[in-house]
Amino acid sequence: MKTPFPFSAIVGQTAMKQAMILTAVDPGIGGVLVFGDRGTGKSTAVRALAALLPPIRVVETCPVNSPRSADCPDWAELGSKKLVTRPTPVIDLPLGATEDRVVGALDIERALTRGEKAFEPGLLARANRGYLYIDEVNLLEDHIVDLLLDVAQSGENVVEREGLSIRHPARFVLVGSGNPEEGELRPQLLDRFGLSVEVRSPDEIGERVEVIRRRDAFESDHAAFMETYSAEDAKIRDTILKARKRLPRLVTPDGILEDCAAICIALGSDGLRGELTLLRTARALAAYQGKRKLNRDHLREIAPSALSHRLRRDPLDEAGSGTRIGRVVEEVLG
Amino acid sequence: MTPQTESWNLAALGLGLLSFAPGYLGGAIIRMRASPQRDEVLRALEPLNAHRIHPNISDEHLFGGLDLAATLKSDHIVDFKGLFDDHFIAILSMAERCSTELAAKLGHQLDLDVGHCILALDEGAEEEEATPPALSERLPFHISPIGKMPVGWRPVPAGTALVDPQSVRCSIDDLNTVTALASQFGIDSMRAPLLALRVARAHAAFSGHKKLDQRDIEVAVSLVYPQRATQIPSDVEPDTTPALEPETGAEPNADTPRDIPEGDMLVDAVRALLPPHVLAGLVPTGTARRSTGQGAGQKRKGNRRGRPLPSRPGRLDGRNRIDLVATLRAAAPWQPIRRKQNALSSKLLIRPSDIRLKRYQEQSDRLLIFAVDASGSAAVSRLNEAKGAIELLLAQAYADRDHVALISFRGLDAEILLPPTRSLVQTKRRLANLPGGGGTPLATGLQQALLLALQSRGKGLTPTVIALTDGRANIALDGSADRARASADAGKVAQLIRSHGISSLVIDMSARPQSGLEALALECDGSYLALPRADAQTLTGAVSVALGV
Repeated sequence: MKTPFPFSAIVGQTAMKQAMILTAVDPGIGGVLVFGDRGTGKSTAVRALAALLPPIRVVETCPVNSPRSADCPDWAELGSKKLVTRPTPVIDLPLGATEDRVVGALDIERALTRGEKAFEPGLLARANRGYLYIDEVNLLEDHIVDLLLDVAQSGENVVEREGLSIRHPARFVLVGSGNPEEGELRPQLLDRFGLSVEVRSPDEIGERVEVIRRRDAFESDHAAFMETYSAEDAKIRDTILKARKRLPRLVTPDGILEDCAAICIALGSDGLRGELTLLRTARALAAYQGKRKLNRDHLREIAPSALSHRLRRDPLDEAGSGTRIGRVVEEVLG
Repeated sequence: MTPQTESWNLAALGLGLLSFAPGYLGGAIIRMRASPQRDEVLRALEPLNAHRIHPNISDEHLFGGLDLAATLKSDHIVDFKGLFDDHFIAILSMAERCSTELAAKLGHQLDLDVGHCILALDEGAEEEEATPPALSERLPFHISPIGKMPVGWRPVPAGTALVDPQSVRCSIDDLNTVTALASQFGIDSMRAPLLALRVARAHAAFSGHKKLDQRDIEVAVSLVYPQRATQIPSDVEPDTTPALEPETGAEPNADTPRDIPEGDMLVDAVRALLPPHVLAGLVPTGTARRSTGQGAGQKRKGNRRGRPLPSRPGRLDGRNRIDLVATLRAAAPWQPIRRKQNALSSKLLIRPSDIRLKRYQEQSDRLLIFAVDASGSAAVSRLNEAKGAIELLLAQAYADRDHVALISFRGLDAEILLPPTRSLVQTKRRLANLPGGGGTPLATGLQQALLLALQSRGKGLTPTVIALTDGRANIALDGSADRARASADAGKVAQLIRSHGISSLVIDMSARPQSGLEALALECDGSYLALPRADAQTLTGAVSVALGV
């Protein structure tokens, strides 16, 4: 398989790139949903993300990428318990995936040949501590969506089938992309995504030419191109690592908490997840920008992507939820 | 050269390029009905040795899976290879029937850019019946020659590769030209210029050049752009070539800077090939996109097979299907014990009690058909309310599985403004401008709604007809302006609706409730609601309550 297009070489699309970087800074934000027209680089960005993520330490043979051998699930038969450094897993959930493949199932081979009951982990196990990417998420079959909702919420995959009773951690960042023209996403699933961004094709001809130029260079002059941009990618990765270190010490003034609540009340977003995500994302942003203290500008910058998908949709409002949020944020923050 | 011959010549060239570099280009849509002409076209692609696939192909076939027969025979798991494991050249027959899901999967395979090639045979008869955009977007050529095949037509023969298309040099000016041209024709997607560039490179390599020239680009844009265009470039716009990028200086081979006349030539080349609906201005300007295919809302014909439930033990009685994998799973743990009992057999031992049956829970999607009276002076407000209500219902419908459709009737006719859909985005676009005024052909409107209801029922939906009118029917079915005949006709259609067992709701929007409409509701065995001055919110509320949405 070819190396993916480098993240830093993506032209424009700042909102999308920022959202993805922030989930890398704080995986607790809860994922990104990218909605937009065809040919705007949605899939490219997600596939490029893998190269940006800092590696993680895992037990070598653990099926769920546990950080310590004590954390490995008891059903896993471990070979070597050595700790090794691996790239953060970015697992693709293909549209046609069966339930068995997603949650895991009885290992038929072992059952048939040796008559043993053993568990064969699925995609959710492999995505633990990493990313789960669903392209065309709005076309995903309903029963798979239901499974994901449950696991994304609890961070644990519980398998009760075929006489197996197994549970294992499944904490992952959900990344979805799709084209709204092909169908809407259920609000329950929408809500599970921390951030949502809308992407559009660039309007400016210069920017468009630049997109084509880079893509062309990527295809025809691969080695040189990758060399230039992998250095750029490495810079972003370093900043992400620094931001992660800075994040716990980041000061959050009480006034900002009140602002978060005020914005969400004014917008009438359901539940408290809006406030929490808004705050977390703003903190991640402040850390990524190298600040020590959170301020209102961070809220302003991040509010549209953290809240736009949590509003009661008013279909008669042509302006779209982004504008509405901008207006409310300005009113609240003054 | 006539446009017909021109289109055939282009097709010949496209096919030649395709058989020259199938994996590099990625494929084509061949939009022709099954005919000797199409056979002739396909003959050109025979050397590719393509594998035929159909829209209902299973994922195991495409991506590999458990080979059950071999597994049972050999006692250990045998997987069979998926078609996409190698460079795969596929002919997708009846591509217009291809589901969005399959298109998305195929599109993903093309995105990997490892040399797959998909030839989609599209037999769509109507404009709406087309290959899903997720796939057509990624295929460079849309071959649909018009008119009779010229005598002695043959595809340009594929030569041997003199030059690797990948290595063909292209200058920054070429990039500029290709990109600028795409925006002039209102092509939003960034994939189109990239594909055009690939085609240009393939054409250069095909003719043995190492560098793109004017002819390569002309061929590329005339092959790639016409079917994707959404607008005709306005002549007043002079900036055919954009302001040159600062990088131009970095490119040493700026020996032939392209100036405006050449760009104009390219514009003309593409313009000559634009499909008629673009020329007729049917794509509304302002919406820079065109949905060639249907959105998922309409595309999901019939019912989903239902959501799979866990399999149950049971007996095969010819009506239900066995879940083989589940059966194997059930049998697997017992194999060592059974083998001990039955020492003679080393094969898999399956007892009737192991049999597991597949079960699905089917749920029928509901379709709300709004038939809206757009006649006379009150039309504008009523239509607006109906539009509002539809959008609100759709926005609410996310939890339910509702589709909506909109029919408006006025003057002598009824037309389907919004075919059944679930997509809010699509709905908004279609509802943007609705005409109003004229007589009230209530019967025609109801008839259209009935037809749509029957059609959609055939596709597995459960239709409900909602008629919004002020009830003064004055145009009969045959178009004559005769009040008595008109209401008699409306009554007849209402009875038809009842006899087909389609549930209905009549909403009376006149200032004073009409007894005639209540009678009409009785005749179609539906509910009657008098909602003078209803706005979108009340309307939605009333419909929700009446139908239990």
